[in-house]
Amino acid sequence: MSLRKEVIQLYKTLLHLGKDYPSGYEFFRTRLHKAFMKNKDEKDPEKIKKMIAHGQYIVKELETLYMLKKYRTLKRRYDL
Amino acid sequence: MARVLVGVKRVIDYAVKIRVKPDKTGVVTDGVKHSMNPFDEIAVEEAVRMKEKKLASEIIAVSCGPTQAQDVIRTALAMGVDKGIHVEVSGAEYETLQPIHVSKILAKLTEKEKADMIIVGKQAIDDDSNQTAQMTAAALDWPQATFASKIENGDKEITVTREVDGGLETIKCKLPAVISADLRLNEPRYATLPNIMKAKKKPITKMTPKDLGVDVSPRITVVSVEDPPVRQAGAILPDVDALVGKLKEGGHI
Repeated sequence: MSLRKEVIQLYKTLLHLGKDYPSGYEFFRTRLHKAFMKNKDEKDPEKIKKMIAHGQYIVKELETLYMLKKYRTLKRRYDL
Repeated sequence: MARVLVGVKRVIDYAVKIRVKPDKTGVVTDGVKHSMNPFDEIAVEEAVRMKEKKLASEIIAVSCGPTQAQDVIRTALAMGVDKGIHVEVSGAEYETLQPIHVSKILAKLTEKEKADMIIVGKQAIDDDSNQTAQMTAAALDWPQATFASKIENGDKEITVTREVDGGLETIKCKLPAVISADLRLNEPRYATLPNIMKAKKKPITKMTPKDLGVDVSPRITVVSVEDPPVRQAGAILPDVDALVGKLKEGGHI
């Protein structure tokens, strides 16, 4: 897969995850867009790879955040 | 290898603030975010893990409800379930659909699909009935392992650790069996975007309770739905004398 494609795929994945973001989708989307636009002129493939890895890390963190939030809410609600 | 049936219910999302309708007939569901019942997510995850460990051959997700119930079946398919069955119950019938009806539907489908294990969430976060697993076990005359926090598969037998008051209970039961998932059974995976896309190609069979010969006529009527009482605000008093005075006033001393 070309790097360009990988970046787009990452952006889409993050956007999808943003739909459940506690502060709202719009909040998440604007920040995500800004973060990607900031590095739009990056040409060095090594650096791009590093950024993608960071993005993947964020994806994992978000999934964990949602899981924990759900677990804690249910635990509190049902006193489990 | 077992064929596993999982029950999934579409409920109002856990993060949504529930509002009661002004006429006290129920809660507001229009334009409210819905998602899969969190306990059912745990049940689906457990089934998918069994399949990954080659302990299950096929997983079938069942949901009873209006057309939108297909959304949660899709989520289940994206998590790794093989096929879905949507039992369409809508409108007034759905309002009075009870665990007894759902358990009969599940029992019929189990016979039809020749499943030998049923995994459901222990309860739904909307009506908190906690009855479906138990009633399904009764309808099929199968053993039940409820509130599972750990499942170990053996040959023709499963060992289940259950969360009971003040501790854990470990039971063994023969297959086929009905299992209900507790909160700490596993951590459900997140349905990723590519998997959601792939899930669109997986089959969903649509049927009605009538096709299965299940009578879904209401057994109860909802008299009223009300908000829980609001906690009264406290007050900060300047000194002990004022506190004593207040307590006397309230008749506590």
